[in-house]
Amino acid sequence: MRIKFEKRPEPSKLMQIATPIAAVVLTMIIGAIMFDVLGFDGQRTIKEFFFTPILASYKWQDVAAKAAPLIIIALGLSLGNTAKVWNIGAEGQYIVGALSGAWIAYLTPNVTGHWVLVLMLIAGVVGGAAYAAIPAILRTRFKVNEVLSSLMLVYVALQLLSYLITGPLKDPNGQNFPKTAPFTDAQLLPRLISGTSIPPGLIFAIVLTIVFWFVMKKSLYGFNVRVSGAAPHAARYGGFNANQTIWSTLMISGGMAGLAGILEATSQLGQLNLGFPSGYGFTAIIVSFLGRLNPIGIFIAGFVLAITSVGGQVAQTAVGVPSAAGGIFQALMLFLILAGDVLVRYKLRIQSIAKAAR
Amino acid sequence: MTVRGPLRLELKGISKKFPGVLANDHVSVQVGAGEIHALLGENGAGKSTLVKMIYGIMQPDQGEIIWNGEVMRIASPKAARKLGIGMVFQHFSLFEALTVLENIALGLDSKISQRDLEVEIRKVMDQYGLKLDPKRVVATLSVGERQRIEIVRALLLNPKLLIMDEPTSVLTPQEVDQLFETLRQLAASGCSILYISHKLHEIIALCETATILRGGKLVATCDPRQKTSREMAELMIGTNLKDVSKSGVREFGASKFEVKAMNMPKRGDFGVALHNINFNVRAGEIFGIAGVAGNGQNELLEVLSGEVLSRGASVVLLDGQALGHMGPSDRRQLGLCSVPEERNGHAAVGEFNLAENTLLTARQRKNIVSNGMIDAGKASGFAASVIESFKVKAQGPNDLAGSLSGGNLQKFIMGREILQSPDVLVVSQPTWGVDAGAASAIRQAIVDLAAKGSAVVVISQDLDELLSLCDTLSVINLGRLSEKKKVGTISTEDIGLLMGGVHGEVAHAH
Repeated sequence: MRIKFEKRPEPSKLMQIATPIAAVVLTMIIGAIMFDVLGFDGQRTIKEFFFTPILASYKWQDVAAKAAPLIIIALGLSLGNTAKVWNIGAEGQYIVGALSGAWIAYLTPNVTGHWVLVLMLIAGVVGGAAYAAIPAILRTRFKVNEVLSSLMLVYVALQLLSYLITGPLKDPNGQNFPKTAPFTDAQLLPRLISGTSIPPGLIFAIVLTIVFWFVMKKSLYGFNVRVSGAAPHAARYGGFNANQTIWSTLMISGGMAGLAGILEATSQLGQLNLGFPSGYGFTAIIVSFLGRLNPIGIFIAGFVLAITSVGGQVAQTAVGVPSAAGGIFQALMLFLILAGDVLVRYKLRIQSIAKAAR
Repeated sequence: MTVRGPLRLELKGISKKFPGVLANDHVSVQVGAGEIHALLGENGAGKSTLVKMIYGIMQPDQGEIIWNGEVMRIASPKAARKLGIGMVFQHFSLFEALTVLENIALGLDSKISQRDLEVEIRKVMDQYGLKLDPKRVVATLSVGERQRIEIVRALLLNPKLLIMDEPTSVLTPQEVDQLFETLRQLAASGCSILYISHKLHEIIALCETATILRGGKLVATCDPRQKTSREMAELMIGTNLKDVSKSGVREFGASKFEVKAMNMPKRGDFGVALHNINFNVRAGEIFGIAGVAGNGQNELLEVLSGEVLSRGASVVLLDGQALGHMGPSDRRQLGLCSVPEERNGHAAVGEFNLAENTLLTARQRKNIVSNGMIDAGKASGFAASVIESFKVKAQGPNDLAGSLSGGNLQKFIMGREILQSPDVLVVSQPTWGVDAGAASAIRQAIVDLAAKGSAVVVISQDLDELLSLCDTLSVINLGRLSEKKKVGTISTEDIGLLMGGVHGEVAHAH
């Protein structure tokens, strides 16, 4: 008997949905066994990890607040990933976006109108996009691989953050702590739907998911992005300029990361400090692929990753698993999803072996 | 029908099923020792599937492969080579930056020192009169020479059966003669040859037996020397073959499409520079550009289509309007449509459906996109009309382009451009690898387009096609275009010399 993979005539729609679900279930099973072997209560770890964040209503807000930036950044990244323009530096654009907004806040400490907040959000988008323009110009002008340049700029952004909050943007009343002055009420993002505890970032995430879905599905630009990734020669033949595609996808993903950064700063933290960079920009890369570069899929994937992140904290306190457990689960899940992808394009066939000439 | 000598290979009732198609349906073939046996059929008739099973790339679902009288299961190409089965593929697998010797060494199953290998290669080449310098870098070789590498590679294994997949599609007439000489010599020494082609006159000239497949089934086994091309073509496609009908007296209008002093530097290490290319095509005229692959055809097409901008706007002119500085979209808007050689990944996107593929080139002229938004209904509607008027074998606009056979996809692509009624159509290899039925439909469509007053440029390696289709002809060689001549005033030999003879001299002069 031997096992053979046979190419399907077209990708299986069923498998596209079934493999991520199977991957999550398998992650739970393998995780339970693994933690059992390590001497923890495996079943309980899985319960706290995956189910407490869903079942305990006091955790919902936490999950939603973590999912929102992941979704917003991943939506932006999905454009570039579809066009095969790889922006690995969303974390840096997230930081620079937040810094640009914080700079507006620094200039307007006494303004009470809410237009300041709008200005800060715009500054966040522009800052993130401008930071992504660096890898774009390096790629289109000097043929520098955007994977390297965008990734390395993350570390530049980290240095920029610590310079600015210990120097020019430092809180004058902050007893020399490295942080900006707390944002004023006019500079903070209010609950967009009053009377609820829905984080404002989530509203942005929902609206943007719909916008991105529409752009990818219905607009010529979405088609441009898809052709550029699927067949660069065909894109050129169709009259789509490759450099314009590189520019636009990097600017949009940078802008979205910047928006996520300033939203996080104005809704969750209320100021910038050294703890601001949280790795959302990197986790969002996983989210965008987990969601199969599809806006609706990304919305769901953002929640799955947010659940494992919140669940990781729950499991740490409840079961006492190490903090690395969260990372292990996320990695395991990504690994299984990628492995399961084979089944989307290939069919498993089990054959019996006849007489062979070897 | 009698088979000479003992049977080398016998296929008995071979069937192979793929999801949705029965690629081979109880096919039986007998190949004698030293026999040159043709395998004929349209695209999708199951020729490739059949030889892939002989060469061990696939396994049959049913039936037996009998090799020298023994039932065999050929598990892999390596096992096939061990039995003495060699194959020369249509697309070569060569590393351009390496030498002939290094390329051959890489393809061998056994380890052998380079010096011994060189001795052996020279022996094989002497034996069969193949001219090739083992020290040359592949990138500097012509396509015919590259094919010789593949043949030498196969011959080194002392094959008892050599499978040749469409070997002449890229050769000059002189190179074809040389190849046939080699194959005849090889057959005389007892090696059987399974020759896949759709060029019927070649099969008549070369082969002793022909097996004709249609839709996965064996339709006939015959002696091609006792049949006409037409009879075999009709067996192949199953209906009466239509000739391209072209009105005898053809009148041309004013000059429509003009290229003036086009010069382009070469791009990349293996590109070809274009030198001072000039031509003009009148309304209603079909202008052919002959040449061996890799002499600047792709580069020329890209500059004509607008994928690469020319230096200076007035290098390319449509009705006197300069458009050398415009990209493909602007040129299409003005009426210049093009079809590149490569179907999958250039002229169409395999993983997109047919409706989406219309967006690539027809979005402006067919108003499929307005204000940046796609009208999905119009895209499907246009795809459906292409499918219908060009008799594309597809279930509908939602079929993936990659799921169509080569010939059907080409019909779709040609239809997509022609139904936009362009003023100028530039096509490269319109019927390359396309079966006879589809090819004649495509050629007829080109003739009909010209009859309506469009200027057409056909770039092709198929000389017969150009001679039957075109009104005027030039030859491209090393990026230079020969003077335009009227078809009928120039002989095949002259064209052949322009295509290949000059090429050889210039290459050696370098």
